Amino acid sequence: MQISITVNGQQRTDEVEPRLLLAHYLREVCGLKATNIGCDTTSCGACTVIVDGLSVKSCTVLAAQADGGQVTTLEGLAGPDGEMHPVQQAFREEHGLQCGFCTPGMVMAAVGVLADNPDPTDREIREGLEGNLCRCTGYHNIVRAVRSAAQAGPAAGQVPQAQEVAR
Amino acid sequence: MSILGTRVVRTEDPLFLTRGATYTDDLADDRLVGALHATFVRSTVAHGRLLSVDASAALEAPGVVAVVTAEDVADLVPIPPPFPFVNRAMTRPWLASDRVRFVGDPIAVVLTEERYQGEDAAEMVAVDVDPLPAVVGTAAAASDEVLLFPEAGTNVMASFGQPAPADFFDGCEVVVTQPMVNQRVAPVPLESRAAAAAWGEDGRVTVWCTNQGAQQARGQFGDWLKMDPDLIHLITPDVGGGFGAKIGADPEYALIAWLARHVGRPVRWAENRSENLIGMLHGRAQDQVVTIGGRRDGTIEAYSLVVDQDCGSYPRIGTVLPTLTMLMASGVYGFPRVHAQARALATTTTSIGAYRGAGRPEATSALERAVDLFAAEIGMDPAEVRRKNLLPAFSEPHTTPMGATYDNGDYTTALDRALDAAGYAELRAEQARRRERGDARQLGIGMSVYVEITGADNGAGTGEAASLEVHPDGTATVLTGTSPHGQGHATAWAMIASDQLGIPVERITVVHGDTDRVPQGGGTMGSRSLQQGGAAVHQAAGELVELARQRAAEKLEVDPEDLVVDLGLAGLAVRGTPGTGVTFAELAGDEQLLVQTHFTAAAPTFPFGAHVVVVEVDVESGKAEVARLIAVDDAGTILNPLLAEGQRHGGYAQGVAQALLEEVLYDEDGNPTTSTLADYPFISATELPSFELVEMATPTPMNALGAKGIGEAGTIGATPAVQNAVIDAVAHLGVRHIDMPTTPMRVFRAVQQAQGGN
Repeated sequence: MQISITVNGQQRTDEVEPRLLLAHYLREVCGLKATNIGCDTTSCGACTVIVDGLSVKSCTVLAAQADGGQVTTLEGLAGPDGEMHPVQQAFREEHGLQCGFCTPGMVMAAVGVLADNPDPTDREIREGLEGNLCRCTGYHNIVRAVRSAAQAGPAAGQVPQAQEVAR
Repeated sequence: MSILGTRVVRTEDPLFLTRGATYTDDLADDRLVGALHATFVRSTVAHGRLLSVDASAALEAPGVVAVVTAEDVADLVPIPPPFPFVNRAMTRPWLASDRVRFVGDPIAVVLTEERYQGEDAAEMVAVDVDPLPAVVGTAAAASDEVLLFPEAGTNVMASFGQPAPADFFDGCEVVVTQPMVNQRVAPVPLESRAAAAAWGEDGRVTVWCTNQGAQQARGQFGDWLKMDPDLIHLITPDVGGGFGAKIGADPEYALIAWLARHVGRPVRWAENRSENLIGMLHGRAQDQVVTIGGRRDGTIEAYSLVVDQDCGSYPRIGTVLPTLTMLMASGVYGFPRVHAQARALATTTTSIGAYRGAGRPEATSALERAVDLFAAEIGMDPAEVRRKNLLPAFSEPHTTPMGATYDNGDYTTALDRALDAAGYAELRAEQARRRERGDARQLGIGMSVYVEITGADNGAGTGEAASLEVHPDGTATVLTGTSPHGQGHATAWAMIASDQLGIPVERITVVHGDTDRVPQGGGTMGSRSLQQGGAAVHQAAGELVELARQRAAEKLEVDPEDLVVDLGLAGLAVRGTPGTGVTFAELAGDEQLLVQTHFTAAAPTFPFGAHVVVVEVDVESGKAEVARLIAVDDAGTILNPLLAEGQRHGGYAQGVAQALLEEVLYDEDGNPTTSTLADYPFISATELPSFELVEMATPTPMNALGAKGIGEAGTIGATPAVQNAVIDAVAHLGVRHIDMPTTPMRVFRAVQQAQGGN
């Protein structure tokens, strides 16, 4: 079947199998490999992306379901000049990543948490990220990073405007 | 001021955060164009005779190029046990031919053009197995009623040590004995296993696989495939966590290389999580019996630890880990008499490997539980019992009754710092108030004092290689045999070189995980990297300065002794004459400026620390929550506190996870019941507090950096501290012991039993 999706500001049309998962679409059709797949039960959140403003686990969405939608992956989060998003910057400053595998999903989920709640408590951050698993950091520095990113104001909970995203 | 000891943010991160790392399954290498996808057909029966494998239907499925079974791999010699002391009959077939020994045992491989086609076709391979009784747990294994390897005549893979003498506890006023379970857990690196292979026309194979040491993996490929290692180019791409489970190569990886030759096309494989949770090595899985004896004044006189190690079906690293448990049996204490003994046993389950701590958390958990049991028996505060029995501070090597030689240690100070930071007296007062009131939410205070062995191959092994080259453009390249997978070596090793050369960290590239570029290396495991690989880089930088000094002296026509490193210049200057000098880059422009070196530490190092954990336990539901975790982890001199703290945090989380939540389970027929992340309770952010870190640094003399290992301290210290805390919370109700994981059901039942209920 044919689907049209705007991925990181770039509209594209592809012929896909109806059963193709959005995660595999992003990785194998679009070649956007930052989105990782860490489980097969929607448990780990490594594949989290933002679809039409909501953070979703792309292993649980068919590519066909995103037809006509706007998808932002980690690759689309930095500004057009390459400047890191406040959440990306905070993850670096606070050492919120180690092996990096959960990171793309964790960063996108964190953006989603901050979109819902611009000034979360540590508890609210932990609850907001409950569906994103990390084996390396013990979450300590991830919580710090999200708290720190919140200091950047509303920008921390926003994804770049589609038309502004670098190709 | 030296850059060493400062919080340098990682150079790896901008790429990881904006484009993502490149893991094995992300590779878009030209050599992998047109690669087939491998999908394993695995046994769904724990134990049985394999009667037939019928691939005819699968071969007709869309996209299927080949289905490979045991007959096809007959030229491959079954994999022998990895250690000489293991029963030699316990070999591992590449694909099951006459018997399956665990749910997950590979039976066939389907090769397809596309990934989804593989999953479809694998389900069409008809496998007929005549079930045999499963062997689940060490007691069933030790009975030898059902044998995994009938030709071996036993399920005992290996035995270590002798029984304790009959009079071992004679003279003790108090003797406490307790069986306990250090349960099987799953490492669960977020990146599952993956490999890819492509053969060149020159007869060499390029293999990419996720692992913790390319050189070791290449050696295994060579041994298994009977190939000259020089014909194997093994590349470790970015690795999404390892935790010990990615040490060396898995047979599946080597089979991918074999398959690529077999079909004459590149092949790639990436398992999904369900496959990972049955196929990747598990950790821990020890059944232990501790016996501890001493006087009512708190003096412990004798300690015995007897271990039955569940090794799973085929011998892997787990078979040897009880020896590390035995070596560290008496830990931080000066007990006069110490005994340890172990058996390693085959069961029809997933094989056991190293998991963060690998043998040492098992020793520490047994010991720290035993000390608490002893304290409870004599009615003394557990901190007081520890103080009475800790080895006094020492700065000269100390050899324990088990034969470990500790470099230095000050365990009492570590304990005191942790207790002070926790506010121990006030915590006990609050606990007393809650007990007095009969609150539903009781407070538990647990502690552990630990010492562990890191860089265990120091002195005995191969050490670590490093090369360092400064380029004419002022950049530098470090080649290292360590294999970072989250630890931040690209930053840390650059800091070490920068400290001596003045070249900024951002201009130093660290290369690892490519056997053509770095043929020798020990990898990253056992908390060895900084004290060996980092120390090798440090040595290389020193040697490079000396090489540069000789060249600069000729160039500037001065005495080499008059040249000093000028960090601002990133070169050498004439002493007392600022502005006169030559940069390393200029010297590199004259002639290649490269050193290759090798560092071997004289002996292992023994980091130590103390953890105090506060839990709140709802005695009505049994649910325990960790409220605080206070940790002293002394790993010698710290190179980069940001990275060291990150290592500690991750270990704490895995320690809490084992103590409270995580366990791999099998039913009586050997079926895994925790083979997805929906079933396996991987710890999440909501189940952890933020941690309270207390600093302590006792440099080791074993390397110029003063560094001990830090990668595994967290699991070693935290696991028993959490378990002790949960038990402490309900101790006033009569509970003395609860096995891990201390789930609500376990805690609830323990309280009910202690109260005389059912």
